[in-house]
Amino acid sequence: MPKASVTFEDIGVTVTVPAGTRLIEVSEKVGAGITYGCREGECGTCMMKIVAGAENLAQPSVLEHQVLADNLAPRAARLACQAQVLSGEVVVRPG
Amino acid sequence: MSHPSVVSPGKPVALASGVHWIGALDPSMRRFDIILNTANGTTYNAYAVRGAHGVAVIDTVKIEFADEFFARLEAVCRYDEIRVIVLNHLEPDHSGALPELMRRAPNAKLVLSQRAPAILKALVRELGTEPECTPVGDGDVVELGGRTLAFVHTPYLHWPDTQCTWLEDEGMLFSGDVFGCHFCDDRLWNDAVGDFRFSFDYYYQHIMRPFRAFVLEALDKLEGLAPRVILPAHGPLLRTSPREYMARYRRLATPELGSGGDEKTLLVFYVSAYGNTARMARAVAEGAEQVRGLRVSLFDLQMSDVAQFVDLIEEADGMVFGSPTLNADAVKPVWDLLSSLTLVAVKGKFGAAIGSYGWSGEAVGLIEDRMRGLKMRVPLKGLKVKLNPTEDDLERCRGLGRELGAHITGTARRRVVDIAELA
Repeated sequence: MPKASVTFEDIGVTVTVPAGTRLIEVSEKVGAGITYGCREGECGTCMMKIVAGAENLAQPSVLEHQVLADNLAPRAARLACQAQVLSGEVVVRPG
Repeated sequence: MSHPSVVSPGKPVALASGVHWIGALDPSMRRFDIILNTANGTTYNAYAVRGAHGVAVIDTVKIEFADEFFARLEAVCRYDEIRVIVLNHLEPDHSGALPELMRRAPNAKLVLSQRAPAILKALVRELGTEPECTPVGDGDVVELGGRTLAFVHTPYLHWPDTQCTWLEDEGMLFSGDVFGCHFCDDRLWNDAVGDFRFSFDYYYQHIMRPFRAFVLEALDKLEGLAPRVILPAHGPLLRTSPREYMARYRRLATPELGSGGDEKTLLVFYVSAYGNTARMARAVAEGAEQVRGLRVSLFDLQMSDVAQFVDLIEEADGMVFGSPTLNADAVKPVWDLLSSLTLVAVKGKFGAAIGSYGWSGEAVGLIEDRMRGLKMRVPLKGLKVKLNPTEDDLERCRGLGRELGAHITGTARRRVVDIAELA
């Protein structure tokens, strides 16, 4: 299975993951500071900053776009419960 | 000098030319929002501001007090004169009468902060239509004819939507919950009511304290306005020495240990039945003390009040909790402290858990889950030891202390792991 990597800047840990993994599946296991509310892409609690590799994430859904807009999210923000790593390297930090 | 009541049934209270209090008194309220005791009730302060071209209503009241609010409002203006309804904060104690006000004043424009529309939508579902509203931020104004309302974005005081409204010609700041308190006195003005200092501090400690970084940001904006009068959404109206209340907020919100330069702090808390978890906690502290720039403190949780530890945690950079496992759970003193941390900002602080156990050792995992729930960072897997820790176990505890200390001081080495290695 193709691999990708996610680096959580706030705790200095890089995790290699199978392509298609959602950030939520990794960040909690590794103890990063990204926190979750509804876990369904509605509340915006898990907004995180993509420091690098945004192009290696699946495009945000219509719902995620809307929630980011409602929360006045900066351009580099994504929801960790929705964002899916497709390939390459992604670097994130809590929003 | 005694001061008479200024509040009469159905009558607004004039605060300045064209500015009225149209709120409600709730003297029998004893517990507010589940978490707050109120020794003598509260008030829901709403206001009306008249300009040459119409009236602005600023906030409403809790739904049970809507009749009082509408009676006072009707004594100030006709509904078709209301041009704007300003919502400084959408919590139901301030927006309870909003749906009915929108029905009675259908031409009024709703003005609220940029974070508020999503909350508004959920609050006025009974209207059956999505309300039209005008989100505003710093620098936005509403002209009422001869006088102007300006808006100050003050988010998270204490909801995402909170803002303040500034009436410049009168030097009046409509502050929402900021500078408010639960204190009911029908003399209304701060120089006429009873002594409400404890209520003011108590309200800050329970409502604003978790957001103190936002409090300090807001004060930077609000102090510059130098208001002549502060008109909060609860409690006395602050016309005498309004700056003193701002200064009090600044004192309460400023970190006390902030002058320590780059030194970081780690608190190690433990509870121990037979001394095993205590030995582990001491070993963690020993390891952490080896980290340069880290000040480590060790506490037996059973030997002090939770409130004192909450104060320490507010200033700390990291915490370790040590708990034995009793009947598949962490012990009560640990939960008492962990359940008290919603009063302070702990988001982003570092945490770890350790503990000795007899059968199964669930306490460590449960504490880790709670710390994550509090939005803390938990970068290291906790350590649990069956009954008596060996010297190897204690060395692992020292290692955990060293590693956690390195995270806290920003000197942790970067790690690369495969997801399969994570539990």
